[in-house]
Amino acid sequence: MEKILIPVLISFAIATVCGVILTVSSKLFAVKEDEKFVKIRDCLPGANCGACGYSGCDGYAKALSEGKTDVTNLCVPGGDGAAKEIAAVLGVEAEEVVKKVAYIACNGNCDAAPRKYEYHGQMSCRTANMSYNGDKHCTFACLGYGDCANICPQNAISIENGVANVDPRKCIGCGMCARVCPNHVIHLIKDTSRVAVLCSNHDKGAVTRKACTNGCIGCGKCQKTCSHDAIHVEHNLAVIDYEKCIGCGDCASACPVHCIVEKCFRTDN
Amino acid sequence: MFKTLILILMGGVLINNYVLQQFLGICPFLGVSKKVNQAVGMGVAVTFVMLFATAATYPIYAYILEPNGLSFLQTIVFILVIATLVQFVEIVLKKFIPSLFKALGVYLPLITTNCAVLGVTLNNITDGYNFLESMVSSLGVGLGFLLAMVLFAGVRSRIEMCPAPKAFKGLPTTLIAASIVAMSFYGFSGVIEGLLG
Repeated sequence: MEKILIPVLISFAIATVCGVILTVSSKLFAVKEDEKFVKIRDCLPGANCGACGYSGCDGYAKALSEGKTDVTNLCVPGGDGAAKEIAAVLGVEAEEVVKKVAYIACNGNCDAAPRKYEYHGQMSCRTANMSYNGDKHCTFACLGYGDCANICPQNAISIENGVANVDPRKCIGCGMCARVCPNHVIHLIKDTSRVAVLCSNHDKGAVTRKACTNGCIGCGKCQKTCSHDAIHVEHNLAVIDYEKCIGCGDCASACPVHCIVEKCFRTDN
Repeated sequence: MFKTLILILMGGVLINNYVLQQFLGICPFLGVSKKVNQAVGMGVAVTFVMLFATAATYPIYAYILEPNGLSFLQTIVFILVIATLVQFVEIVLKKFIPSLFKALGVYLPLITTNCAVLGVTLNNITDGYNFLESMVSSLGVGLGFLLAMVLFAGVRSRIEMCPAPKAFKGLPTTLIAASIVAMSFYGFSGVIEGLLG
């Protein structure tokens, strides 16, 4: 009997001492945390993507709780739900979150844009871009080595035929890909948009044409066709003004090089 | 005396490296070695906890368990004490050194269940070390863990960039790299004794 009782008692005693020490110390050394901060932090999804412009979810929650900002709709991944919860905690009116989605403004795939040399370095757009601005003739192009695909937290980007492609249904609009792209060909647009220019080339038409058969040559046909003054050629590249665009698709059908496309960017369904 | 301590320290760092030679603490070794700065954070935290754990468990063994003939209780008691200790350290750090608490971040609670910490406290007793030797041994083992983490994080950050075959992408390459790094540590066996002996 003693053989069992003594070990049990000693273990029990040590456990009790440990428990008492922890209880006392947690009371004694308790740190007061800002209640608001904790509540707001719980509303945010915790992806730490940085789409809000702060260093992460903690940074945004801190800025909100300390009153440095009162904009509650900055969290794109959290969407309307998070914005409403934050607004409820702060006691302000909720603002609607504009769902955004990334798209690649380049369609210089392997068939359209020939390579100027064989690249055998690290499989990274940043490194490839260091040698003669990448291996494509077009210096504005998507290089297709997948820096964006690697950083995407949702695996929404895939490389297809030498060009990155975003799956809007997976995209949460955090914009990490846009920040990592060395040529800045990734942009965030509203998910209600229906037309996009798939080119970033600012060279003159003849130069663009030689570098890539899918590139915008800046002919201005889209500008003339558009009945809402929503598309303009700026520095040899068509740019859509999404405030005015109604998504009729006239420019897409007028474009001789098919670099303007009609596409569904909806993140739901 | 001094020589023995140096031997124990260097033995812990290089020869009996816990991760690479004894395969303890593999979980954080593979999990937190993606970036060098994270690996340093984890390594420092483990060293820190190992020292505290040894300082706490050795007296318990020497003055409570052994005199009563209860050394068979050591594993369960040590788990209990280490878990409490880590919690306690976390509470104290949060109160008094918030910057260090933030730097160690998620690593501290992760260490609670790290078998390398339990392993070093148990091995110190199996090896018959006294208190000072135990502390030096824990320091050595902790530094060895830090060294292995940092080395491997460096290796890994280079491997990530390489175009591996699809079947080997990710964990398989990591495991192969780990085995090669472990093999390289075999080169150290005998070196320290040869230098000092």
